[in-house]
Amino acid sequence: MAGKIDNVFNDIGRLEMLAEQNSPIHRLDPRAKLLVTIFFVLTVVSYDKYAIADLLPFFLYPAMIIGLANLPVGYLLKKLLIVSPFVLFITIFNPFIDREIMVELGPLAISGGWISFASLLLRFSLTVGAALLLIATTGFPAVCGALDKMGAPRILTVQFLMLYRYLFVLIEEGIRMIRAHALRSFSRSRPRYRVYLQLLGNLLLRTLDRAQRIHLAMLSRAFSGEIKTVRQFNFGRAELLFLLSATGTFIILRATHLTGLLGSLILEIVR
Amino acid sequence: MHMADALLSPALGGTMWAVTGATIIYCSQKIKHSLDDRKIPLMGVMGAFIFAAQMINFAIPATGSSGHLGGGLLLAILLGPAAAFLTLASVLTVQALFFADGGLLALGCNIFNLGFAPCFITYPLIYQRITKGRLTAGRLLFGALAAAIIGLQLGSLGVVIQTNMSGMLSLSFSSFLLLMQAIHLPIGIVEGLITAGVVSFIWRARPEILDRSGAEQALGQLPLRNVLIGLVVATILTGGLISWFASENPDGLEWSLLKTTDQQELPLPATGIKAPLQKLQDQTALLPDYGFRQENQTGTDLTGAKTGTTVAGLVGGAIILLFGLLLGIILKKSGKHYGRQNR
Repeated sequence: MAGKIDNVFNDIGRLEMLAEQNSPIHRLDPRAKLLVTIFFVLTVVSYDKYAIADLLPFFLYPAMIIGLANLPVGYLLKKLLIVSPFVLFITIFNPFIDREIMVELGPLAISGGWISFASLLLRFSLTVGAALLLIATTGFPAVCGALDKMGAPRILTVQFLMLYRYLFVLIEEGIRMIRAHALRSFSRSRPRYRVYLQLLGNLLLRTLDRAQRIHLAMLSRAFSGEIKTVRQFNFGRAELLFLLSATGTFIILRATHLTGLLGSLILEIVR
Repeated sequence: MHMADALLSPALGGTMWAVTGATIIYCSQKIKHSLDDRKIPLMGVMGAFIFAAQMINFAIPATGSSGHLGGGLLLAILLGPAAAFLTLASVLTVQALFFADGGLLALGCNIFNLGFAPCFITYPLIYQRITKGRLTAGRLLFGALAAAIIGLQLGSLGVVIQTNMSGMLSLSFSSFLLLMQAIHLPIGIVEGLITAGVVSFIWRARPEILDRSGAEQALGQLPLRNVLIGLVVATILTGGLISWFASENPDGLEWSLLKTTDQQELPLPATGIKAPLQKLQDQTALLPDYGFRQENQTGTDLTGAKTGTTVAGLVGGAIILLFGLLLGIILKKSGKHYGRQNR
């Protein structure tokens, strides 16, 4: 169990390390990357539930970003595989319910349920992957800065930054508590309910005390309700080019059936 | 349970984002006007606490499974509804970005499903009503249990309704509803027990904390009517706007089709007919009809034509994927080993 927490800890740290690289993608203004990511997700989910071939070209975007930004493919794939048992859990019903045969490939008959199942998995990896790529190329504080620049409520962005700052502190405190419990309970993996409540209650008390100390520290440093950063935002020509070319490509892909056209062209030539 | 991007239609995702956004703006205004700057660090650290608390779980006796805290109700009790909603929103955002829980488009749904009910419905209407007056251990337990169970039932109802409106699942509305509500019943009980346990721990150890958050109820007393009016206006505006943009997406239609005829799709029209509806039908087709025309004419029956287009799709897809792989490798190989960025 403590191992699980350590993993969470490492995960955030690893993504944040990736975000500190210096590549053409990393150098882009966070706002441009945020907008492109949102547009990408919207385009992908706008396909109907049986789309498979049309979704495939959209993998070009993560491939480009991973290539340009020098990100570890294996790590990102592993993250995708681990997460969201929920999607698998409810989409797995599709093949059993929707049994109408939709496509026949030689002897193989494929029902609509399997097609929509595959489509949902593709959709899932694209949308979730896009969010991971955003963090791995931008970093959470920069995304918050972009949100702030784009007019999100100041309280919300300050809350994001505060949460992010103290996340590590409190997770570390949680790790220490669990380790202490394991040492005193013959390495029982999980505390019982009563003990659990006391652990959680103590963590909460420490948290509240910490909040009070932070508040006093902030007051003595004349905190006015906003966090000032030295980060410079510059939406220049590179950002405009990135934004327009990416969204333009997505629109073209959405409007045409590139995969089908290419495939039938090849088949024609072969024939 | 978290909603996922893959299960959402863009119109619905956008609408839920607008609803959540409106609630967030409302809560921000509320906190700004309450002029209590102690709340700012408190919210931040409490968000981190929820995060850490979700990592710790306890063994549920005799089942072999484990339970952990969701946190919506606990936040509402300790911070008041508006601050709790913002805090929960920030926790879910970090989860969506770092742990890929759900996704960006579904984030609006998730914040709404997990935050709105505990903060604005079950906390003021159930928990506060029950614990009003003299606080006792029994009232605390009863109030927290009722509020947590009903809150989670409402949240999972939200997931079911949103999923069905998006029409990505083949599972029928009623069976999905039953499944989800049943799953969330024990989750709600666990949530209620933990919330009651932790609050009574705090109450015994440091009663003034609860008194203080009780005294701040000026912030807790939200005129619910204003929130609701704002939500309705936002929903109509953006729902109308977004569905106008996304009207080519036949999710709603497909859904009602599924409900009424128990059939996934209408049969494809004969390929030669140039009915004005053909274009629309192409959009709703099982696999879009992107084969060249000659191919469609050589295929005598419908399945043949469809198989033709499918083969084309698979070949094209494979080529594009290969191309993407190559592109990624080339870009990666050609790129210098970038150092750290100095900001």
